[in-house]
Amino acid sequence: MSQPLLEVRNATKIYRGGFLRPGQQLVALQNFHLTIPEKPATITAIAGESGSGKTTLANLILGFIGLTSGQILYRGQDISVMSPQQKLQYTRQVQAVFQDPYAVYNPFYRVKHIFDLVIKNFKLAPNLHAARELIEDALKMVGMRGEEVLEKYPHQLSGGQRQRMMVARAYLLKPSLIVADEPVSMVDASLRAMILDIMLKLREQQNISFLYITHDLSTAYQVCDDIYILYQGSIAEKGDTVRVIENPKHPYVQMLIESIPVPDPNQKWDTNVTLPSEEELRSHVDVGCRFYPRCPYRMDRCLIKQPALFQIDSGDHQAACYLYDPAVPSAEAQAGVTEKPAANEAE
Amino acid sequence: MTVTKNRTSGLGKDGAGSHVLEVRDLRVHYATPLGDVIAVNGVSLDVYEGETLGLVGESGCGKSTLAMAILRLVQPPGRIVGGQVRILGTDLVRLKDAELRQVRWSQVALIPQGAMNSLNPVMRVKNQIAEAIETHQGTRDPAELKERILRLLAMVGLPGRVYNMYPHELSGGMKQRVCIAMAISLAPSLIIADEPTSALDVVVQRVVAQTLLDVKRTLGVSMILIGHDMGLMAQLVDRIAVMYAGNIVEIAPVKDIFAEPLHPYTQLLLASIPSVKERKPLVVTEGLTHDLRRPPPGCIFQLRCPFVMDKCREVVPPLRELRPNHYAACHLY
Repeated sequence: MSQPLLEVRNATKIYRGGFLRPGQQLVALQNFHLTIPEKPATITAIAGESGSGKTTLANLILGFIGLTSGQILYRGQDISVMSPQQKLQYTRQVQAVFQDPYAVYNPFYRVKHIFDLVIKNFKLAPNLHAARELIEDALKMVGMRGEEVLEKYPHQLSGGQRQRMMVARAYLLKPSLIVADEPVSMVDASLRAMILDIMLKLREQQNISFLYITHDLSTAYQVCDDIYILYQGSIAEKGDTVRVIENPKHPYVQMLIESIPVPDPNQKWDTNVTLPSEEELRSHVDVGCRFYPRCPYRMDRCLIKQPALFQIDSGDHQAACYLYDPAVPSAEAQAGVTEKPAANEAE
Repeated sequence: MTVTKNRTSGLGKDGAGSHVLEVRDLRVHYATPLGDVIAVNGVSLDVYEGETLGLVGESGCGKSTLAMAILRLVQPPGRIVGGQVRILGTDLVRLKDAELRQVRWSQVALIPQGAMNSLNPVMRVKNQIAEAIETHQGTRDPAELKERILRLLAMVGLPGRVYNMYPHELSGGMKQRVCIAMAISLAPSLIIADEPTSALDVVVQRVVAQTLLDVKRTLGVSMILIGHDMGLMAQLVDRIAVMYAGNIVEIAPVKDIFAEPLHPYTQLLLASIPSVKERKPLVVTEGLTHDLRRPPPGCIFQLRCPFVMDKCREVVPPLRELRPNHYAACHLY
């Protein structure tokens, strides 16, 4: 295999307790692996609930914070030991789009300002005319026209328009990777599709890869190639998005997918389903599988050591669950597997 | 149980199908230097006894303003310009402030948006709920009060030890359920819940949603549920009112609206629900809305409507009953 575009190797991030609580630790990301190939461009989803470590991962890749252990390699080069020259190149090649399209604009400047800054900082254009052409080109990519928007103030644009302008700003630098942290969660449902569609277009036509960080499995399912589902800082399940969502294997992922409201009033939630009390949802186990307190199929061995990623089938579909441990006599694991349809009756 | 007893005594004798809330031609404007923004433009709707009405629409369409206006809680520069809000026959718009305070919370309770962040961080859960009760009903016997609060907590599925806890010791879902407990503490006839499950993870969202369903079933209380997630609405409500730019464009029983959405905007909302069952091409639409200060003549949806006709640019389509109990404001029919 050729050199990947971005590789995260065995990444661990631990936040240590601050001044008031010395000694307390929070493992935000644990032994995380991720590979984004150079070609073809892909959209990779990082999905999980709040607190699962997905934004920590984005901040690590963007270089806002440093790893506790492990490596992040961009085209084979460790980003923590880059020279200033390489670092500049990296910040240009890897762009970000954030969740809140309201907070990223300075309300006192016309929206043109965000483009002018980028062009100035990276010296993209020799003169104003060339700069304007670059901006128009980027705006065209997201279906907007300069004369319509550039002279406006941020409050005159809708959330969807602002978010498209952020994508245009990122595209201006012709990056190889865009880290999009919840880009559509604050955009209205009827306009979400437009932003997702722009992501697809940039992938197809411009060969730009995306790391799509989201809590929403349904939008990930619609646009992503690969998916990594995190639970409390570790990968619960990963693989081809369609396979993972249509046929989830990890008990946590099954529970997540089952909890998504079905948009059909004739298919009501089975209200007899009992969910664990929320104290259980919040409790942690320090060793062993972190999902143990909530898991309907928990076994004694889950408490001893955290499960590694086990292969589900011939593809890259993997789940971190002992139910899929090939080393175990399959009778026990199978017993767990066959029980599942009962818990999953909503399907 | 006290809660149920209070409720039945406060209600008229008329049986099912009677109105708890009648809103007639309600108008709310926000003053800006460049003219008034019409946030709620002549909305009329009814909520029946024991029913849950879903109010959906995108951000800025006026759904939260409508909720606040029902309780007469619109803050300046906003103001109620006209219309009626009748709760069990009493018109809130005309009440004096002192009389209004009697109705608010005891007859209509609000679970505001981001309610879980509205809890007082330095007050124990028991004191916050007790305050809500004693403000309206006067000082109570401590033992009776404690028993009542514990019963409320049990009703929203929280363990008794939450009684003595501080908000920061609770998770988001638990805090949200404390807010639900406060909302039902005076046995209101109507609860208005503004995005009660936003900012919660899907699994917790489901727990909170089920709590709402359970509360409604046990108390028979009516609810207005404000949200933007059509999937969640399908699970929780009996009827849906779709709002666009300050107007109700469609209102119908939930099954009918999912089976046959009539207004083009409702069709768009339903088409843009992402599915986890089948991967389908994205439905991309332009999202230009008119300036809310200067609504165009004719239909408010004309700028985004795929079926726009000449008539739509001239005549405002009225909300008409196009199918039994199914109202829509569109010239197509």
